[in-house]
Amino acid sequence: MSSEEQTPDTTLTSNRPVTASTASSATTATSTKPKRAITRKKRSRKRGLALNASFSSAWEALWGNRLRSLLTILGVIVGVAAVIVAVTITQGTSNSINARVAGLGTNTLIINSGAAVTGGASGGIGSQQSLTQSDATAIASVAHVVNVSPIKSVTAQLIYSGQNWNTRVQGVYPNFQSIGNWQMAEGSWFSDADEAAGTPLAVLGQTTEQNLFTGVAADPIGQTILINNQPFRVVGVLQAKGAAAALNQDDVVFVPFSAAATRLKNTPYVDQIQVQVDNANDVAQAQADITTLLEQQHHLPPGGPDDFLIRSSNQLVQTAQSFSQTLTFLLVGIAAISLLVGGIGIMNIMLVSVTERTREIGIRMAVGARRGDIRNQFLIESLTLSAAGGLIGVLLGLIGGFIMTRVVQLPFAVNPLSILLAFGVAAIIGVCFGFYPAVRASQLDPIVALRTE
Amino acid sequence: MASIPPHPPDTTNTTGTTGTDTTTTAMANKQNGTGRNDGQTPDAALSTDVQQGEDGAPENSVQKRRLPVISVRSLTKTYLLGQTRVRALRGVSLDIYPGEFVAIMGPSGSGKSTFMNLLGCLDRPTSGEYWLMGTAVSKMSPDQLADVRNRKIGFVFQGFNLLSRSSALDNTALPMLYAGLPKEEQQRRARRVLQLVGLGSRAHHKPSQLSGGQQQRVAIARALVNSPALLLADEPTGNLDSRTSVEIMAVLQALNQYGLTIVLVTHEPDIAAYTNRQIHFRDGRIISDEMLAQPRRARAELEVEAVAAPPAGGSTIEIREERL
Repeated sequence: MSSEEQTPDTTLTSNRPVTASTASSATTATSTKPKRAITRKKRSRKRGLALNASFSSAWEALWGNRLRSLLTILGVIVGVAAVIVAVTITQGTSNSINARVAGLGTNTLIINSGAAVTGGASGGIGSQQSLTQSDATAIASVAHVVNVSPIKSVTAQLIYSGQNWNTRVQGVYPNFQSIGNWQMAEGSWFSDADEAAGTPLAVLGQTTEQNLFTGVAADPIGQTILINNQPFRVVGVLQAKGAAAALNQDDVVFVPFSAAATRLKNTPYVDQIQVQVDNANDVAQAQADITTLLEQQHHLPPGGPDDFLIRSSNQLVQTAQSFSQTLTFLLVGIAAISLLVGGIGIMNIMLVSVTERTREIGIRMAVGARRGDIRNQFLIESLTLSAAGGLIGVLLGLIGGFIMTRVVQLPFAVNPLSILLAFGVAAIIGVCFGFYPAVRASQLDPIVALRTE
Repeated sequence: MASIPPHPPDTTNTTGTTGTDTTTTAMANKQNGTGRNDGQTPDAALSTDVQQGEDGAPENSVQKRRLPVISVRSLTKTYLLGQTRVRALRGVSLDIYPGEFVAIMGPSGSGKSTFMNLLGCLDRPTSGEYWLMGTAVSKMSPDQLADVRNRKIGFVFQGFNLLSRSSALDNTALPMLYAGLPKEEQQRRARRVLQLVGLGSRAHHKPSQLSGGQQQRVAIARALVNSPALLLADEPTGNLDSRTSVEIMAVLQALNQYGLTIVLVTHEPDIAAYTNRQIHFRDGRIISDEMLAQPRRARAELEVEAVAAPPAGGSTIEIREERL
């Protein structure tokens, strides 16, 4: 009996793929453990190979319907490309804003005169003169304040040996170099002694220097220029900072505050006071303290309407960044809708495909495909579709993003995480939207499927 | 209940070849031994083998002592068509032994198709028992049934049912894909089985590039490739002209001579005449079950035709009278 059983058993395992049922019924008699192990090994191998095969059959099916496949994944392509372009542009914007913020210094407070209200018509910031040099002196004693400088601004005509240029001239304290984070290209900033003496010295911004000294071989340092017909000696040229919004920061001349007060704008008021706080975390505290101080100085009731306005550079940055964030949300939202539509397109085509290939499904089931095999085959098809769409979308998005950043002159920055994310979302959409058609295919009754024409 | 029968010995033993190999490999070996050429010669090779087989011991005496390939007891199947219950099978009991070539006949609506679907593990009975090679399959889950279809049953359909995008070779290899055989093994075995059915030179043709008879041969190759215990043929000649039908029957008869158990559904008495046993269905029941002592021999008819080219109708009548 036992020998009779063993012979067919060995033929079975050596020549024929083994089902769990036959293997277990055969092995229970002899109860040899190695045979069970073999069976299990064959099983695990089966799943892997079926998956491989599904990939090639999926590719075959999709390639057979090239145009349809391409049209199907168009939605995903557009969606992914939109995400990549959106992220590239906002990344570029954010990078350039950050670069500017680093130049401005994040712990700066800017105090302007408040708006003049005459007969109900507001004149806008600075239209009412209220800030004085003594305000600046008082602010210097506020806790956390490192540097304070009042600013007198005039728009003036500059003349140097036949060349002339119209620009902003700002009278500032020597410590303004630190507040504005200005780096010298040549020469030096004026000193405290120059401020005390009211010496007519000038530090030129890049743009001003270039316009005033075009075609002049001479070194600007030590030359005397005329500002509103007053002679000023050039002591330094600043490094370029670039444009902030519409304002060219380099189109500027800095002179000692005392010199500006006596020679250019002889009024008791200052146009602006800039304050540097020791630490970005203390900016809010310093702002509150200065508000209280200025209200006392100007004899205003606390909490009431003020004749001055304090803004931090952080607030400026936040405004800019919230704008770019809004832009990101908008673009990503559009992209998400596009991906959703793309996913629905994939689902639609997969449903059509399942219907068209009902007979094929029946054949596969008849020759031994399990429900899981059928499901995987169609899942892999939709996954291949969406992944191909994602890949093409990423490529198009990178090209589009590169062109767009060139057009608006932003730095081109690739964020690998966003690419992975866009690709991943596309793939997930393929699986999610492919799941229902795939399950529907796997639930087909083989008899009905075989009978379908 | 499932524990009663031990695992049945391999069907190859009936042919008297060395019992360790499977049906297809045994056939391939024999073929190589006859030294065939390409093209039509495999058929000739098969025919010589058929005669060798018939020279051997009569099988009916052996069959009864062996474990049945198919054992069915009080099988019923009831469909729900809208509000009405259709009793397609009303209690069928039947044993089919290794090496038998059975024709299932009956008018449409007699339940023969339902019975085939149950035998093929494509469907589960409403009640009753079905053992396939000693394993109770009537209670199996859909996935288990899929494995049984994959490894123990080969299907041949009326409409060939090949994948139109795939080559003959890939179509043949399809069941092995789900059996999880390595790619090289799949290709090797598929090629060998295709040679066996006489299509070795057309392995890379698509179904649309093959004639009906050739497509059905590919389908037979696909059915054989996992060395099943049972071949189920559902009207395999229904879409073929009479000459090609005889060719396909010749292939099936040759396979049967190697010991493969074949169950064939047909409504054509001419085709049923090539089998060893005819079972008639009517109204969901078996109404007759008879052995044929001397079935028609498709190979011999083809050879006669090739020599004298007599009208096919004449020989059909002759055989039918013989049967009666």
